[in-house]
Amino acid sequence: MPIRVAIVSPEQEVWSGDADMVIARTTDGDLGVLPGHVPLLGVLAPGGTVRVKTGGQEISAAVDGGFISVTHSGVSILAETATLSS
Amino acid sequence: MAGQLREYRRRIRSVQSTKKITKAMELIAASRIAKARARVAAARPYAEEITRVIEAVASQSTTSHPLTTGRENPTRVAVVVVTSDRGLAGGYSSNALKRAGELTETLRAEGKDIELHVVGRKGVGYYRFRGRTINGEYTGFSEQPSYADAKSVADALISSFVAGGEDGGVDEIHLVHTEYVSALTQTAVANRLLPKALGESDGAAPASSSGTPLPQYEFEPSAEAVLDALLPRYVESRLYAALLESAASESAARQRAMKSATDNAEDLARIYSRLANRARQDAITQEISEIVGGANALASAG
Repeated sequence: MPIRVAIVSPEQEVWSGDADMVIARTTDGDLGVLPGHVPLLGVLAPGGTVRVKTGGQEISAAVDGGFISVTHSGVSILAETATLSS
Repeated sequence: MAGQLREYRRRIRSVQSTKKITKAMELIAASRIAKARARVAAARPYAEEITRVIEAVASQSTTSHPLTTGRENPTRVAVVVVTSDRGLAGGYSSNALKRAGELTETLRAEGKDIELHVVGRKGVGYYRFRGRTINGEYTGFSEQPSYADAKSVADALISSFVAGGEDGGVDEIHLVHTEYVSALTQTAVANRLLPKALGESDGAAPASSSGTPLPQYEFEPSAEAVLDALLPRYVESRLYAALLESAASESAARQRAMKSATDNAEDLARIYSRLANRARQDAITQEISEIVGGANALASAG
């Protein structure tokens, strides 16, 4: 059961899609989110990366500050600036 | 007679060159509306999510935070007015300023001091001419605002909101901007940005978000830290949405103003060319009658 993930910056939605796992660094340390995670709201560490595992692939994005919001319907990464690594 | 004809021709030329300018501005404004609308749409997911998160946090956290609860007896409030940098946009800026005037009246009647923050050269000029103190002015981006611009406006507001009215800051932040209703209608609206009224639907995030039940969040590191971090992001995102919406409205207002200017120029050119034609015809008729009269005179004399 994949989770719905969206990485959004104020100016646009950077990436969205289904994923198996999301790894982000909050101010308290690295956080891995698997499907069925309890709702959580965390503050992302400045200058971190967010990794999204989908299928065999991994997408990573550099985010600077922001939040990770985990709900039953999905995960959203709200970042002030977010850039996908190519 | 010939002098009058020359005068009409000169006017036609000048009206036509004005028309070229207004037509060009109309086309540019039209293309900018579409661009600005697209940016409003692109900014929506973020704004909706931030609003949803704040509502969720506020509805379940027991900690009182200035972001949501507000302060008792607000004494000083900040009013942000979004106007345009350039004119030739019909009543766009003056409508926003009128709305801001009404808002400041009400706030003053409630015994609150006003701190003015003005976006756009038109607004700055308006208040400066009236000798009002402007606490912050931000110009040069009214047509194409970026998130960094919204941030620059938000920074000063946030620090004075965090300081609070008693320490020379403000207790509330109000925002006046122009909402894009349709290409034909843009209305100036005033909203309270902070403290955030819960349950109210934001201009940036319409009702769709309030339909789903709010999740019971766990916080990392703590509810308070999350709210502290949310506050500036929330203000920035609301300001950014307002700036984008205003930019779209400005372009729409300008497009309409320039369309009627172009139509007007066309009418004028038509009227003047009629007058010019008549003047030319008159000149010819007179010339003929002079020649005929002269010939007759010669014939009768001979």
